Amino acid sequence: MTSYSALGLLRGVFNDQSHWQPAWRDPEPQANYDVIIIGGGGHGLATAYYLASVHGIRNVAVLEKSWIGGGNTGRNTTLVRSNYRQKPLHDFFEFGLKMWEHLSDELNYNVMFSPRGALMLGHSDSDMTRLAERGDAMRVDSIDAELLSRDQVAKLEPQLDMSRDARFPIEGGLIQRRGGTARHDAVAWGYARGADRLGVDIIQKCEVTGFVRQGDAVVGVETTRGRIGAGRVAICVAGHSGHVAAMAGLKLPVESQTLQALVTEGVKPMINGVIMSQSLHCYISQSDKGGIVMGGDPDNWPSYAQRGQPMVTQGAIAQAIALVPALSRLRMLRTWGGVTDMSFDGSPIIGPTPVPGLFLNGGWCYGGFKATPASGWTYAHTLATGTPHKLNAPFDLGRFARGDTIDENGVGPLPNHR
Amino acid sequence: MLLITCPHCGPRAQTEFSYERTVDSVVQPGAAPAEAMARLFTRANPRGLDDEIWRHTFGCRAWLVLTRHRMTHAITAIRAAGPEALP
Repeated sequence: MTSYSALGLLRGVFNDQSHWQPAWRDPEPQANYDVIIIGGGGHGLATAYYLASVHGIRNVAVLEKSWIGGGNTGRNTTLVRSNYRQKPLHDFFEFGLKMWEHLSDELNYNVMFSPRGALMLGHSDSDMTRLAERGDAMRVDSIDAELLSRDQVAKLEPQLDMSRDARFPIEGGLIQRRGGTARHDAVAWGYARGADRLGVDIIQKCEVTGFVRQGDAVVGVETTRGRIGAGRVAICVAGHSGHVAAMAGLKLPVESQTLQALVTEGVKPMINGVIMSQSLHCYISQSDKGGIVMGGDPDNWPSYAQRGQPMVTQGAIAQAIALVPALSRLRMLRTWGGVTDMSFDGSPIIGPTPVPGLFLNGGWCYGGFKATPASGWTYAHTLATGTPHKLNAPFDLGRFARGDTIDENGVGPLPNHR
Repeated sequence: MLLITCPHCGPRAQTEFSYERTVDSVVQPGAAPAEAMARLFTRANPRGLDDEIWRHTFGCRAWLVLTRHRMTHAITAIRAAGPEALP
């Protein structure tokens, strides 16, 4: 398979673009693999890619029950940032953000990473204090953060309602200029193509229905396309983590809930970066196609249905319109929902499980997309060596029993973080 | 949106209710530490039926136990929660 380049496009001028080949194969499953990754989303495909490219483990299969990138990878709001407050999250997400900056080159696939700035608005003195605290914590860990005045915010996003009698008056903001958005499908496709070129089998329409056990250990999976043996089995199924882990008899610190998002019709550029808020839970950005992408709270009750209720999106829209009144003139194009695996401290879980041979990557809550490269990198390390990378060591399954949770919002043992 | 039949008030829109947690996550006062940890921090989270504690927050404010399917959202049983309803 050839590399994508400007020369390839030029070549197509003379052959009516007829030389393009499928970007990955459609192989039949083999009887055995060194590593089986359950779940062909961005994280699973990234894990396979780094297993093959960094660790030289190429006898790998990615099993996907439907089509790759069709779950949460295709259902998020494409935001990329590392503006957290706690050290383990800083280390992990900043490592990831640096990977994003070179991801298109690395994959020879344009993931359209656009560091247009991730802005968090403050609506009160206490909001500004919390934003300053967060910014300080970031800068201490060498992550870019800049506290903005009211005037600076107004200049950055002219569409914001800056009037003093606004429903959510804007006092200032905190911006991470290196944050932004990326093209979510391209991330899945780029990793899939990269992994496939290194020999990874991507097997779609292959649902795992059980685990093959030898004593305690997991030594393979039962699937809708037959039994497949494996040295190590890696769960990487986002919202369905609890369901798949239960097949191995595990009960996880995870509850699956719906998270919705929506997009408007395409319009000329009106939102320059990513707008979020310290007090509200709504995030707004404009896609390269022109649609305004918005998201809000999760539905906050358990569901695997990939559909939510309108009152939740209505809440997000009401907040968005209060911040950017011009949005009220736009027509909504689509809404959708994804199944998020809400963990009990709001942080992910990446590492071994108590079952020998079985590994877990899950609990991403509503923050999985931005983590894709770092998640794949650290999970691949964990699978290749059997021990966690130093970046994902704090995110182990045992932290809850140790009382060592990474609770960014400080809300305690409930999946309802807001 | 769900239509939830409150045992006290009859059928009402979901907007009047709030989800609290699952029944299996209720910790009894005398629970051993390991069991308390498991109940606090893990969930069966089935892709099927589970027992959930809801509250008719913007109605009669009573606590309820719903048996609800996590895929179809069908509610198969609703009963008032009391000390006898909890495990």
